[in-house]
Amino acid sequence: MYRIGIDVGGTNTDAVVMQNEKVLLGVKNPTTEDVMTGVINSLEEVIKETEISKGEIRSVMIGTTHFTNAVVERQRLSQTASVRLCLPAAQCLPPMVDWPEDIKSSVGGNFWMAKGGNEFDGREISSVDEEELIGIAEEIGKKNIESIAICSVFSPVNDEMEKKALKILQNKLPQADFTLSSEIGRLGILERENAAIMNASLRNLGKKTVDAFGQALKTLGITCPYFITQNDGTLMSADFAKSYPVLTFASGPTNSMRGASFLTGEQNAIVVDVGGTSTDVGALIKGFPRPASTSVDVGGVRTNFRMPDVYSIALGGGSIINKTQDIKVGPKSVGFNIHKESMIFGGSTTTATDIAVGLGIVDIGNPDPAKALGNDLLVSVKDKIDEMIINAVERMRVSSEKIPVLAVGGGSILIPEKVGDLPVVKPENFAVANAVGAAIGQISGEVDRIFSLSDKSRDEVLEEAKDEATKKAISAGADPDTIELLDQEDVPLAYLPGNATRVRLKVVGALNG
Amino acid sequence: MDKLKSVSFDDLDAIEIGAAILGTGGGGNPYIGKLRCREELKKGNKIDVIPLHELKDDALVVSLGGIGAPVVGIEKMEEGEECLRAMRALEKECNCKIDALISSEIGGANSMEPMLTAAQAGIPVVDGDGMGRAFPEMQMCTWSIYGHKSAPAAMADEKGNILVIRDTIDEIWVEKLARSGVVTMGAAAGIAMAPMRGSFVKNYAIPYTITQALSLGQSVIKANKENTDPIETVLAHENGKLLMTGKIVDLERHLKGGFAVGQILLEGFGDYQSHKGSIDLQNEFLVFRRNGEMEVCVPDLIVVLDSETGFPIGTELLRYGQRIAVLGLPCHQLLRTAKALEVIGPKAFGYHDLDYKPM
Repeated sequence: MYRIGIDVGGTNTDAVVMQNEKVLLGVKNPTTEDVMTGVINSLEEVIKETEISKGEIRSVMIGTTHFTNAVVERQRLSQTASVRLCLPAAQCLPPMVDWPEDIKSSVGGNFWMAKGGNEFDGREISSVDEEELIGIAEEIGKKNIESIAICSVFSPVNDEMEKKALKILQNKLPQADFTLSSEIGRLGILERENAAIMNASLRNLGKKTVDAFGQALKTLGITCPYFITQNDGTLMSADFAKSYPVLTFASGPTNSMRGASFLTGEQNAIVVDVGGTSTDVGALIKGFPRPASTSVDVGGVRTNFRMPDVYSIALGGGSIINKTQDIKVGPKSVGFNIHKESMIFGGSTTTATDIAVGLGIVDIGNPDPAKALGNDLLVSVKDKIDEMIINAVERMRVSSEKIPVLAVGGGSILIPEKVGDLPVVKPENFAVANAVGAAIGQISGEVDRIFSLSDKSRDEVLEEAKDEATKKAISAGADPDTIELLDQEDVPLAYLPGNATRVRLKVVGALNG
Repeated sequence: MDKLKSVSFDDLDAIEIGAAILGTGGGGNPYIGKLRCREELKKGNKIDVIPLHELKDDALVVSLGGIGAPVVGIEKMEEGEECLRAMRALEKECNCKIDALISSEIGGANSMEPMLTAAQAGIPVVDGDGMGRAFPEMQMCTWSIYGHKSAPAAMADEKGNILVIRDTIDEIWVEKLARSGVVTMGAAAGIAMAPMRGSFVKNYAIPYTITQALSLGQSVIKANKENTDPIETVLAHENGKLLMTGKIVDLERHLKGGFAVGQILLEGFGDYQSHKGSIDLQNEFLVFRRNGEMEVCVPDLIVVLDSETGFPIGTELLRYGQRIAVLGLPCHQLLRTAKALEVIGPKAFGYHDLDYKPM
């Protein structure tokens, strides 16, 4: 049986066929306006070249930046209603208060605040008021808004109020789509609510896009289930992805890092992904990207998603070299025009790739004009490039342990044999690492809430959290026998007596069947 | 810089950064407070600032702010007028009219709260505060240290409940009673402390700290914009000393008596290669040691900044592998007297073998 991984990027749609642990083939085709055609093209190509039978494809995993791009471009977003259950608390700052004006108006900026919400220890701030919510439903109905985000104070601790409000609103607005913040985000009401509203505004696009993926598979006669990858490198079912498109944010770098880990067999490493214009550096811990600890902006909106901690520098294969006394590499790049503008392809701009060719590190184009730059200059520019990579890697390094550096991406020829004291590994199929990352996706379950330690020990609490996460993973489609603990963290709550602790814990398991 | 007369919309970003730096790792995140001040200004209200020296001797000044757990503050945000209600309750209790507000703690979230309440009440906020930094407990402010009685104090929650602590046997009991009250109130409330006379505030406030936070934040923003060294900028602005640039190689945090307690270990880089540093923390950074020897400790400020941007890193955001700059900034003389050191010196934080030596 085979698995197919697809990565729908802004520029290219990549596909790989995998059999067990082996990558049979990887291809790249341009991404198309309708998304679907690009997917069909890449799928057709890999299936044809590998001559596998369509009936033997067990599953298709798709990674996409489509939804992130929609937010960044403020395009294709639906009118959204935001309902916050909080009163009398939390009314000092209304929903979307810190959004840039353009995206706020793209989603309509509609919000209501109502009674509800919980205290940190689960007590009610106030009860849900049915009459009040019916009134809000009527106003939403009058505005013809069909996607609604519900966010209740402390819903990561207790989601009952959000569910109750959902029932009441759904009864009045049976056509509408609903997003509950407790199913998306973590503590931090503004950030979680932001994520829920963005998700609601993407629901329509989510349905269309995921259906288009399904349609592409159907067109080709592929009948197996298909999955979408999320920001932590794990999978969600097609139906789930339609409801939670926001969870795909940042799946691109995650897939590339996970793919690099798989291709090299390394679990703990620094991944350096060199593209044409920039280089992304991230850290792998047990085969998963280390998450960023600060809030992350998506298109100017603050969220608290588990985004991979990625450090980007302006260094790529197309980076323009400034050859004056004080040598500079980038930040400008010739980008896609490298095949016209760089010296080895007959152009007049000196790029980072020209330096690599001039030094004989790689053999592409015509090396003569690059060699003519002279050994002194070539070596000093290369030293500068090495220094940039070493600094970026050092920044992301997690310990003094000598873990390897995994080099992926089209521009990875720029990476030296050793980065400081760390060995470098360049895998085969490095150019399609992200599609491989999608193909190997696992199923996860996560818990993030406050536990009281007054009548339980820390170990008991962690065990309880693990059980809860395991149940979530199994219901999302994980094979119970393969589930293992990926990550756990407990942070004591400052300034509170009575021993409360915030536990974040995640388990992963192989996809069932 | 001239002393501030009012806080404008554009000043808020800079005050946020400056207050977070002075928070020495704790004090809570001023982000939500900044947004709230912005909304207040958008409504047309003004944040008027009165320079410390212009305060009248017989003016009644109240120190107020939020009390609770920072992690609760980012989830159950305030209704909005908690501190205003606490202030009104205090006026009723004392049968007086309050003339101005002041922050008890410029470091972190409570830099913003008095500005906000002042704008709502239509009275000015005094340019100064009771710590010049952040500390974990209320009795650690100069008002308490130099003899002001915080009771009667009034607390208000978002629901409309008011709690008045009429009298206590000492300052620590105000903290104890308020702390248990706030837990029942859902771990977030506003608290206003007994009014002080202008003459007292002029003598014992850490002076002009709103102006200081603003201009400190502005200098960091400017350094980032102009690509100059933000660490140097902060040092020059605060007359501080760079203690070390290094990478976090170990990080330990645990709970002790309701506080986040821990230690970070650093390996130096750059000019500090082969130096081993450590910082003890208890909500805020308390003690910096180099190769095992104490170099800077409370009440002097130990500040951790991102080594590239100069933006402050709070204790909750510290993590393994981070590259940081550790700075020591001298605290104000008012925090260095024998009387002050009893309450906020190293011994007050349980370091019985450490003697404070001013940096």
